[in-house]
Amino acid sequence: MLQFRMKKEAVQPTRRQFLIGTAAAAGLAVGYRLIAADPALAQSAPAAAAANPFQAYVEVTPDNKVIIHSSQFEMGQGSYFGIATLVMEELDGDWAQVDVIGGAGNTALYGNLAWGGFMQGTGGSTSMTSSWERYRKAGAAARTMLVAAAAKNWSVPAGEITVAGGVVSHGTDKRATFGELAQAASALPVPDNVELKPREKWTQIGSDSLKRYDSHGKTNGTQTYTIDLKMDGLVTAVMIHPPKFGAEVESFDAAKAKALDGVVDVVQTPRGIAVVGTNMWTAMKGRDLVEVKWNEAKAENRGTAEIMAEYNKAADGPGKATARNDGDAAGALASAAKVIEGHYEFPYLVHASIEPLNAVARVNEDGTIDVWGGHQMPDIYQAAAAQVGGTTPDKVKLHVMKTGGSFGRRAVSDADLVVEAVATAKALGPGKPVKVQWTRENDMRGGRYRPAYVHAIKAGLDKDGKIVALQDHIVGQSILGGSPMAAMIKDGVDATSVEGASNLPYAIPNMKVELTTTDVNIPVLWWRSVGSTHTAYVMETFIDELAAAANRDPVEFRLSMLGDHPRHAAVLKLAAEKAEWDKPLPEGRFRGVALHESFSTFVAEVVEITYKGGSDFTVDRVVCAVDCGTAINPDQIRAQMEGGIGFGLGAILQEELTLTGGVVDQENYDTYTPLRIDQMPRIEVHIVPSTEPPTGVGEPGVPPIGPAVGNALRAATGKTIRKLPLIKNLSA
Amino acid sequence: MVAFTLNGEAKTLDVDPDMPLLWAIRDVIGLTGTKFGCGMAQCGACTVHIDGTATRSCQTSVSDIEGASITTIEGVSGKVGETVQAVWAEMDVPQCGYCQSGQIMSATALLAETPKPTDDDIDSAMSGNLCRCATYHRIRAAIHEAAHRLEA
Repeated sequence: MLQFRMKKEAVQPTRRQFLIGTAAAAGLAVGYRLIAADPALAQSAPAAAAANPFQAYVEVTPDNKVIIHSSQFEMGQGSYFGIATLVMEELDGDWAQVDVIGGAGNTALYGNLAWGGFMQGTGGSTSMTSSWERYRKAGAAARTMLVAAAAKNWSVPAGEITVAGGVVSHGTDKRATFGELAQAASALPVPDNVELKPREKWTQIGSDSLKRYDSHGKTNGTQTYTIDLKMDGLVTAVMIHPPKFGAEVESFDAAKAKALDGVVDVVQTPRGIAVVGTNMWTAMKGRDLVEVKWNEAKAENRGTAEIMAEYNKAADGPGKATARNDGDAAGALASAAKVIEGHYEFPYLVHASIEPLNAVARVNEDGTIDVWGGHQMPDIYQAAAAQVGGTTPDKVKLHVMKTGGSFGRRAVSDADLVVEAVATAKALGPGKPVKVQWTRENDMRGGRYRPAYVHAIKAGLDKDGKIVALQDHIVGQSILGGSPMAAMIKDGVDATSVEGASNLPYAIPNMKVELTTTDVNIPVLWWRSVGSTHTAYVMETFIDELAAAANRDPVEFRLSMLGDHPRHAAVLKLAAEKAEWDKPLPEGRFRGVALHESFSTFVAEVVEITYKGGSDFTVDRVVCAVDCGTAINPDQIRAQMEGGIGFGLGAILQEELTLTGGVVDQENYDTYTPLRIDQMPRIEVHIVPSTEPPTGVGEPGVPPIGPAVGNALRAATGKTIRKLPLIKNLSA
Repeated sequence: MVAFTLNGEAKTLDVDPDMPLLWAIRDVIGLTGTKFGCGMAQCGACTVHIDGTATRSCQTSVSDIEGASITTIEGVSGKVGETVQAVWAEMDVPQCGYCQSGQIMSATALLAETPKPTDDDIDSAMSGNLCRCATYHRIRAAIHEAAHRLEA
């Protein structure tokens, strides 16, 4: 998600600021000072930095806790653990004292450095890239200050002091915990420059035995998600949304609902009707009694059958914008010895996180607003809450909750849940907190899907079996269009529609990628790995088909076109070697391979399937090779590849959201069907050793699994399935 | 008024008898480890044990639990349950963690019944528990590891 394809230089931190918080007094009185290595940069920081200093990076409390304030959101992929690892590497603390909480409300501190630092947000697998220097420096600065405090207390040179396991010591007789030094350290000058540990001294980064600090609370029911929040007077609201996208409330009758014992209120929000009850069950019963009349004048009335027919027709015409144009693709195709072409079709997909979307809001007596939730784009949510609440952003305090998944869904520019929660809280009045809790049906029919796409692709081989030209025309909705990030659309090209195709690494002399952005009133969004969810499938199954047409081995064929892309080539070779690509398989078993870079992480996957005829097959084994630069948490890299493969496999096999007459057909997991354990293959993950800067792993495991399975199916059946999902269309 | 045992303690509930057990546990009793995911027994996030059997609490009415002994994730105890929880954390099975209460309740019920499950046993016992992070690979490995430790 949020693949902005910034230039490499932009990945470097632009705001060298460090805020170290240490407890200046007992209790919650926390003092902060801003360190700015470059005063000019500090001055250019957004005003919120001064107005709203709720949080910092590393806080040491008198009771000896190290609380890390994370700029990045934790939705399961381990960003908090990764950031804590960076801090702990430099701080030399004890993991038992560590906790991580989400920071928000201060762009200067928490802006995503991989996006230039101008907005806080989590996406595009950028959390480690953004945090790599910021949080190591924060850890080192905190350590330096603790050491300086000890040196002063003990009247010894700082250079003679050692720090290990959260204890600062000098010789054998002097020792103090971080907590004991916190107050004295907070009064000392903050170092202008800190030296980071050289790679050979790392004990945390790259450690294969380091385990997540946050697993226990997820095994005994104690981790608190937004749905679990408790506070005095909290009530629950269930939403009634329009039956079609674009429809609006014309009128509603809540008399019967309000007569139900336990129904607190029924209020209209900008996004639908909120039925408020003392608990979820009562609110749901109340919801069923509300009668709503909808105005469908602006509603989208098309179904997916009509939409896909329009897309297929548009794909055969010229593109409205050009994303890549090397050489003369049309000319080279005209003189090619062999031409292959086809249309690919991709359905809408739902994020379908198991925690249905939710948020808690409270308007306070003093006019401030508190909002708890999965704040994946805090700056936008703070502004949205202020707008709905009729106040200014500095009066909005966001509480960043850990969420039961997201996969992109919690990063939505219209701040849907925040708007519903704040509007409901405002209607209820000051001091009355409300939790807006979507049902599964709200969640599945609530829009913000991975867009449907059609690709019309065509490629030519010369008489020697080399690809001389490739052209692809992509048709579908823009994710950035209509959002605050629409300015990033350049020359009609939304990069999120074409990424993975426009930057295809293979050496093809004539290549053209065109885009036609469609006008459909179905809200769309980034969905784990964004554009690569469809472009990787098209490119990697098509390249495989071209290899077959050229009578070349799929691995060797790809390698022959990757001379300028050593990192692509290395993961492909590693996956092929570990999967024993050259070794014959037993009868009925087939292999497929795919290679894809997304978010600057390179992944190759080799799958083995057992094909039994018709649409009956199983995916038995996946061998994955990944190069994500420096490996911060190797076991979490493996976990993300495993999870990404399972997530991507479910989608490619059997996920599809359809609409009929503008109404979504699926409502729950009985008809929208993510992968289950009995379909999960055996997976092995191999990490390429690297000293390159770290890149992300939350998304890049997803794109190759679809085409790898598609290629194995083509090996089995001789046919490329160009319409997804696979199982349904294999039997079609 | 319904009387039952929850995590070893006697409880009574005076609520709408049609209220699903899930919402009674979460919103009335206040134990939030049991999760809501779908409301129609499709995802398994709400799995609890009713008299030792893994059951979807979203499709169990309060009126159905008179006299029953109910265990939620907060009440997991004994050798099997504690081993499963320990292995789950050691192997870093959870990602977002939201479905894992339900996974652990299903895994514990499986191991109590089938101490040495095969992959097929695991797939069949656990296929009612969705994990959108797809931690299935580690769930399988963790159940085997827990079985191995319990055998020792």
